[in-house]
Amino acid sequence: MRQPPRHRTRLRLRSFRRSWKALTGSAILLLIVLAVVFAPRLAPYGPLEQHIVDRLRPPVFAGGSSQYLLGTDPVGRDVLSRIIFGSRVSVAVGLSAVLIGGSLGLTLGMLSGYYGAAADMIIMRIADLQLAIPFLVLAIAVITVLKPGLLSIVLVLGLSSWVTYARVARAQVLTVRKRDFVEAARALGGSESRVLLRHLLPNVIAPVIVVATLEIGRMILAEAALSYLGLGIQPPAPTWGGITADGRDYLGTAWWISTLPGVAILLTVVAINFVGDWLRDVLDPTVTL
Amino acid sequence: MARYLVGRLVYSVLVVLGVVVIVFAIMRLTGDPAALLLPLGFTQDDLQRVRHEMDLDQPVPVQLARYLRRAMGGNFGQSLRYHDSAIRLVLERAPATLWLTAGAMAVMGLVAVPLGVLAASRRDSPLDAAASAVALTGQAMPTFWFGIILILIFGLRLGWLPTSGSGTIWHLVMPSITLGAFSAGLTTRLVRSSLLEVLSQQYVRTARSKGLAERVVIVKHALRNAAIPVVTIVGLQLGTLLGGAIVTETVFGYPGMARLAVEAVFYRDFPVVQAFVVITAVVMVSINLLVDVCYVILDPRITYT
Repeated sequence: MRQPPRHRTRLRLRSFRRSWKALTGSAILLLIVLAVVFAPRLAPYGPLEQHIVDRLRPPVFAGGSSQYLLGTDPVGRDVLSRIIFGSRVSVAVGLSAVLIGGSLGLTLGMLSGYYGAAADMIIMRIADLQLAIPFLVLAIAVITVLKPGLLSIVLVLGLSSWVTYARVARAQVLTVRKRDFVEAARALGGSESRVLLRHLLPNVIAPVIVVATLEIGRMILAEAALSYLGLGIQPPAPTWGGITADGRDYLGTAWWISTLPGVAILLTVVAINFVGDWLRDVLDPTVTL
Repeated sequence: MARYLVGRLVYSVLVVLGVVVIVFAIMRLTGDPAALLLPLGFTQDDLQRVRHEMDLDQPVPVQLARYLRRAMGGNFGQSLRYHDSAIRLVLERAPATLWLTAGAMAVMGLVAVPLGVLAASRRDSPLDAAASAVALTGQAMPTFWFGIILILIFGLRLGWLPTSGSGTIWHLVMPSITLGAFSAGLTTRLVRSSLLEVLSQQYVRTARSKGLAERVVIVKHALRNAAIPVVTIVGLQLGTLLGGAIVTETVFGYPGMARLAVEAVFYRDFPVVQAFVVITAVVMVSINLLVDVCYVILDPRITYT
């Protein structure tokens, strides 16, 4: 069918806009990676360094001096330096939680889709259970029992986020497992692990990667929320959620402490979502999230 | 239909029981669950007594069976902090949280439906781009941060709204907007894509070729069919909202069950935490049951036998 020309230009425009998103997103992500890697060099001060005489100094754009670009907190720590160091926690938690949740979900989802029957039923029933307990609610229960900290956060976030990946992987396996090349591999005597890893995995992985990218943002938001509540990484370690909490009692006088780290979170998550949306368009247009 | 509903109801009860089993397992993540149920500075005698009460001297299956029986009777033990029934404390605070969640759902609907419909009906226009920017920001903002920004602007600078507490409808405004923002963003995108898909279908073209006004086509013909995936998302978003309530209630000092639970964590008040988890699961499961019933009302083609 012949496409009307107007439609074609619109398509081109849209793909241009998409790449614009991807470019902005990856540029921001690059900056964050630089902050993570070179934090000690980029940050003007140490994240725990206190200048008690200079406490609650405003940022440079709100009447402060260039000595503390983004101001200082109630004990005179440089907010900019803490935000730069805070990127490390966010990125570490985001990536490791997605790695744990993603590999667990991918495995369970593929097994569920491939073997069907009892395995499928059991795994999907566990998924229903998992979905009946909201993420942060489960985190609260686990953290009451374990001690709050990096390890428990990563474990809770990772282990409770497998369902999304599992559903996507399962659906994908279901659509390809009856296809000829899979049947052929089996007929040729390929072992089950070979069929799963060599023939199914390559067809399943793309949408799972899309989901995983978007999930990094969600994990970063969750870690920030837990740290804000005081249930995440414990102070005085610099985390974006924790810095926000430090400024809670100073909202009226020192608004910058509680608002600026949130900008870092917002930018990071927007960047991740930009890249994720673009990846989805390129790799797998059928996933809707 | 009746059989389908009974089946769903039974399954829902099983899911709640499963959640209770999970809580039982979480308690055993550390060596001694008895220590969890005692205030700090307990004596060996206390420990022995609680161990006996929790049947820790029994085999695990017996422990689990008795735990389930107590849980079904709503007995999750005494709060260590308030020396009162844990389930009663949580239930007393539950309505406040449900009001907040309902407020957030209202915000979600009031933002997402008009914005999504506008974006879809003027596809690729500047308005569409603006709507998707709003939606994207909503999804990328940390809940606590948005709450703080609202407090700074409408509470401290302008003085229009109370910054904490509860009691009047005004106390609900900022918390509801804060809590609803993430879901509103997600739902806007969903309303848009779902409506776009419906608008490309044959019967919409028929309606248009009859000469109906675009507004009538969208509202009377398309929206109803676009509503089905949206209702699903509302069910799924409930978990996000109940989880987000934990943060929102803390930011606004709002006396709901989620804030009670956060405070309980600091006191290691596990009875209250476990009651909170189970009540949350009950709410989740009930609302999702309701959503399933809504499908049938929205789409007469769906029949269950």
